[in-house]
Amino acid sequence: MKKLGGLKLNHRKNTENSVTVEFPLPKKVRIPMLMNMGAPCEPLVKVGDEVKVGQKIGDTEAGFSVPVHSGVSGKVTALTDYTNAMGKTCKEVEIETDGLQTVSDEVKVPVAEDKESFIKAVRESGSCGLGGAGFPTHIKLNPKQKVDTLIINAAECEPYITADYREMIECPDDVIGGIELIRSKLGISQVKLGIEKNKPEAIKNFTKLTESDSSVEVVTLPSSYPQGAEKVIIYNTTGRIVKEGELPADEGVIVMNVSTVGFLYRYFQTGMPLVTRRLTVDGNAVGEPKNIRTVIGTSFRELLEYCKTDFDSVKKVIGGGPMMGMSIPDIDMPVVKTSNALLAVKSYDERKTSACIRCGRCVRVCPIGLMPAEIDRAYKIKDIDELKKLKVTLCMNCGSCTYICPANRKLAETNQLAKVLIPRN
Amino acid sequence: MNRLIVSPSPHDENCIKTSHIMLNVIIALIPALAAGTYFFGLRSLSLTAVTIISCVVFEYLCRRLMKRTNTVGDLSAVVTGLILSLNLPVTLPYWMAVIGAFVAIVVVKQLFGGLGQNFANPAITARIVLMVSFPSAMTNWVEPFAYRDGSVVDAVSSATPLKLTDDLPSYMDLFLGKTGGCLGETCALALLAGGLYLAFTKTISLAAPVSFIGILALLSFIAGEDPLYQILAGGVFLGAFFMATDYATTPISTKGKIVFGLGCGIITFVIRHFGSYPEGVSFSILLMNVLTPYIEQLTRNKVLGAKEAENK
Repeated sequence: MKKLGGLKLNHRKNTENSVTVEFPLPKKVRIPMLMNMGAPCEPLVKVGDEVKVGQKIGDTEAGFSVPVHSGVSGKVTALTDYTNAMGKTCKEVEIETDGLQTVSDEVKVPVAEDKESFIKAVRESGSCGLGGAGFPTHIKLNPKQKVDTLIINAAECEPYITADYREMIECPDDVIGGIELIRSKLGISQVKLGIEKNKPEAIKNFTKLTESDSSVEVVTLPSSYPQGAEKVIIYNTTGRIVKEGELPADEGVIVMNVSTVGFLYRYFQTGMPLVTRRLTVDGNAVGEPKNIRTVIGTSFRELLEYCKTDFDSVKKVIGGGPMMGMSIPDIDMPVVKTSNALLAVKSYDERKTSACIRCGRCVRVCPIGLMPAEIDRAYKIKDIDELKKLKVTLCMNCGSCTYICPANRKLAETNQLAKVLIPRN
Repeated sequence: MNRLIVSPSPHDENCIKTSHIMLNVIIALIPALAAGTYFFGLRSLSLTAVTIISCVVFEYLCRRLMKRTNTVGDLSAVVTGLILSLNLPVTLPYWMAVIGAFVAIVVVKQLFGGLGQNFANPAITARIVLMVSFPSAMTNWVEPFAYRDGSVVDAVSSATPLKLTDDLPSYMDLFLGKTGGCLGETCALALLAGGLYLAFTKTISLAAPVSFIGILALLSFIAGEDPLYQILAGGVFLGAFFMATDYATTPISTKGKIVFGLGCGIITFVIRHFGSYPEGVSFSILLMNVLTPYIEQLTRNKVLGAKEAENK
C-alpha cells in the first residue's frame, strides 16, 4: 500500500484531559434553520410561540435536508435572517429561555423495526455529521449501493480539537452501541474504527471493548494530517480508493464520525433529538481551554467569556480546527450542529506572499497527490484544460499546501478558485 | 476587542520561509568554501565576496529598474553568488567574476521573471558563458597550496584531474580536494557533507544526485574507465548536490528528479568520453534544465482515485 502524503502538525491537544463541562443554560439562543450540508428549513414556529426541549422548530420538503429542534424551553422572540460563515443564508429562530427546560411531548423513543423506519427516525433526530462537514446522516445511511463496511472516523486530526476524543473516553458504550445499531440495521459485515496514533488511551480502550467481536477492528492511523479526510481514512483502513466522481458507497463504504455514532445510540435510547453538542474551546487567547457541552444556539461570545478569553488580544475566531475551520466574522454567532471547536487566536500571519520557488513541498504533503504549485501556475493563466489534467476538482481543501508553503502562497484557496473555472458536465 | 480577521483556511502556519531555505543552502556550501580556501588560499574568499556582492547588487538594481518588489532579503542572490564562485578557478580576474554575476542574475534570472521563474540554473549558465568567453582564464587551474609559495595568480598552472593522463592524484586526494580545479568543486568530502545536510534538513531530495552519480559511475565502468575516479574528479559532486537539485530548474516529482539525474549523468559521460571538452557537468545540467518542463509533463504524480481523461 502506498503511503499518502501528509503533514506533521503541532497537535496542541491541550484539552484532551478536560472532562466535558455542562454549560449553564443561556438566557437566549439563536437557532439557524441551516446547520448542515443541504437545503435550509422553514421555521415551524412564530414569534410569541412557546417551545419546549426537543420540539421540532424547522423542517422542509426538500430531499437533502435535516429538521431543526429546540434545545431549550421558552418563548420565540424573533425570526430573523441569518448568514452563516460560508455565506449561505437562512432564517433564524431566537428563543428566550424560561429556565424550566420542560421536555416536549414530541420526544419519544423511536421505533425502528426495519431499515425504512430506522432511516426515517434518523432524519427526525436532526442528525448530521458532527465532525464538521454536516452531511445529513439519514442520507449517508441510505445508499443505493450495497455497502459492506462501516468506517468510524475517530482520527480527529486537526490541532486543538478533542471533542471526539472526549466522546470516546466519556461515552465509549454509546459509541459501541451506535456501531451495533447501524450495523444491524444496514447489514454491514465489517467495521473499522480509525483512531490517530496520538490517542493511545482511546485505542487501548476500544481495542479492549471490541476484543470479543472479530468483525470490528480498531485501526491505528499514523499521526499525519489529514487522517480524518474521508478518502484518506478509507484508503488507510481498507485500502480502497474512492474514484473521481464516486461516493464512498460506490466502494462499499460508509464513513461516520464517532460523535455522530454516539449521538445516534443515545437518540434511539431516549428519543432526544440533536439539540446539544460537545465542542472544544481553545486557542492562545483563551485563558481556560475546555470541552463544553451546550445547547445548539448558544452564542460564541458566551462560551469565550466562560473560558476566560482575553478579548482585547483576539485577532481571529475560528469555528472548527485551524486547518479547515471557518473564520467567524462575528462572535455573536451561535453554536451550530457542526461546531466541533471554537478557537480564539492572537497571532495572525501577516507575511506577504512571495514568488513560488518550486520547492515541491506542496506536492509532497498533498494527501491525494495533487501538484498545487502547477495548479497555481495554470490558474494564473486561466488554462482550464491544464487545470482539468491536474485534477484540481479532487482537492478537498485540507490546507496542507498553504500550510507548508515557504513563500506563503495561498495554494488551497487558489485550488478552490480554480475549481470554479472548470465547467461541470 | 479588535475587528476580527476573516480569511480562508488554513489558519495555522508553518514557520519555514524562503529565506530559511536559502540560508540552509548557504550553510551547506560553507564546508566547500572552507576547503577551497584551505587548498587555494585567501583569494577564494575575496573572489567569493566579489561574486556575492555583485549578485546582490545586480538583483537589487534589476528589481529597482523593473519597478518590482525588492527581493534581496530572500537570500537567493547570495546563494547564486556563492555557487558561482565555487564554479570559478581561484585565479579568475575579479572583473570576469562580475560579468558572471551579471549573466547569472540579470540575464538568466531576472529577465525571466526572477526567483523560481528562470528555466536555466543561473550559476551554471554563468560558468558556461565565462567558459566560452574566457577559455584560458576559466581553465587556469593552480596546484593546491600553490599560494604558500607566492602570488596565486602567477603560480604554476595545473590541469583539472580529468585532463591528466599520468601522475594521477590518489582517491584520497580527490576525495579531500587536494587537486586542481574550480575553487569549490575539488573537495568531494565537503560537498558530500553539505549535500547530506540539505537532505537531512529535507531541503533537497537525494533522488537527482544519487541517480546522477550512480549512472555516471555505471556508464564509466561499462566503458572501461575508473568509475570512482570519474565521480570524484571534476564538478560532479558540486553539480549533483547543489545544481541538479535547484528548485526552479529541475522537476518537482521524485520520478522527474530521477529522470533529471539520469539525464545529467548520461550527458556528462557522453561529453567526457566522446567529446573534446574535458568536463561535461555544466553542459549536462544546462541541457537537462531545458528539458525540465517536458520531464515534468511526463512524470506527473498519479492523483489518488483520478480517472484518466477520456479521449474524444
